[in-house]
Amino acid sequence: MPSTSYLVAVLAIVFGITLALRALPFAVLGRLRGSAMVRQLAVWMPVGILVILAVTALHGTMATDRHGAGYALLAVAVTVGVHLAFGRRTVLSVGIGTALYVVLLNTL
Amino acid sequence: MQRDVPTLPAAPEAVPAPASRRQQIRQGFRDSFSAGLGIFPLGIALGLLILQAGLPWWLTPALSLAAFAGSLELLLVGMMAAVTPLAAIALTVLVVNFRHVFYAFSFPLHLVRHPVGKAYAVYAMIDEAYAVNASLPEAERSGPRLLALQIACETYWVGGGLVGVALGAALPAPVEGLEFALCALFTVLTLDAFRSRREVPSVLLAGASVAVALVLTPGLAMFTALLLFVALLLARHAVTARRPAQEAAGA
Repeated sequence: MPSTSYLVAVLAIVFGITLALRALPFAVLGRLRGSAMVRQLAVWMPVGILVILAVTALHGTMATDRHGAGYALLAVAVTVGVHLAFGRRTVLSVGIGTALYVVLLNTL
Repeated sequence: MQRDVPTLPAAPEAVPAPASRRQQIRQGFRDSFSAGLGIFPLGIALGLLILQAGLPWWLTPALSLAAFAGSLELLLVGMMAAVTPLAAIALTVLVVNFRHVFYAFSFPLHLVRHPVGKAYAVYAMIDEAYAVNASLPEAERSGPRLLALQIACETYWVGGGLVGVALGAALPAPVEGLEFALCALFTVLTLDAFRSRREVPSVLLAGASVAVALVLTPGLAMFTALLLFVALLLARHAVTARRPAQEAAGA
């Protein structure tokens, strides 16, 4: 088992780098606040970042469980369908989609 | 219970006044439920994994508070169990969490007034908090709502980890597939964000970026996709900047 001092060192590294990555861009952007480019990117980025998060999360799920890849695609389709059909209630859509995937993966 | 509110109930909401602080906090907690469906089970998975790897139980809450970044923490468990050199761990953290650099462009930090609140909002700027907020219409966002969402998410994450540690001894095998909740959440949030701002070009550019990234660097897909996406947006800005700046007016 790793020593406690090693684990504490890991915790310090993880904390420092993660916080720096989250905080430093704000410090830099503060000076660029008026820039037309920064304002334009702020409008354009969110949807695209969500697309990238959704696709990479799906890819990760399909890669960890190859035999569940088809189920994952089906569950995404059902999630989208439920979301559009039942008034965009996020907890409902995510809950049904996830339940379907878990049941398919563990029973078939 | 409520200190600065008179004993009599305040005037009924006949006029659609802006949401009070209390309402905003409640909205934030409601926002957090969907994210919690993904975060809580993942926290349980982390707790189980840490015990299975032979690491001490206290590492679960400690890691969750130090990093507060789900995918990274799951990755680190194996590396710590193998006593991976600290330099390699630092590099992994840098690459996996580099995406947060891009969130700063559109994360509404200006809504949070108090310096301590600001610091917490930055520290707790996880994917889910960014994503849930990005899918909200601009007028519905507020500082208290954002902070309530983030505090709730961290509670689910640390709480889930502790539950995982507690279950670790009792449960023979965890339920598989719960991580799909994260995938479903991001899909749904994409749909919502797409509705509130018709950003077809952004969606197409992001789609192209992630497709190329998955082919070229499957192991680092998110990292590459974000870099490509930003590069494409900069090119798009350079192109549209030559035309009269009308597009910038659209929300």
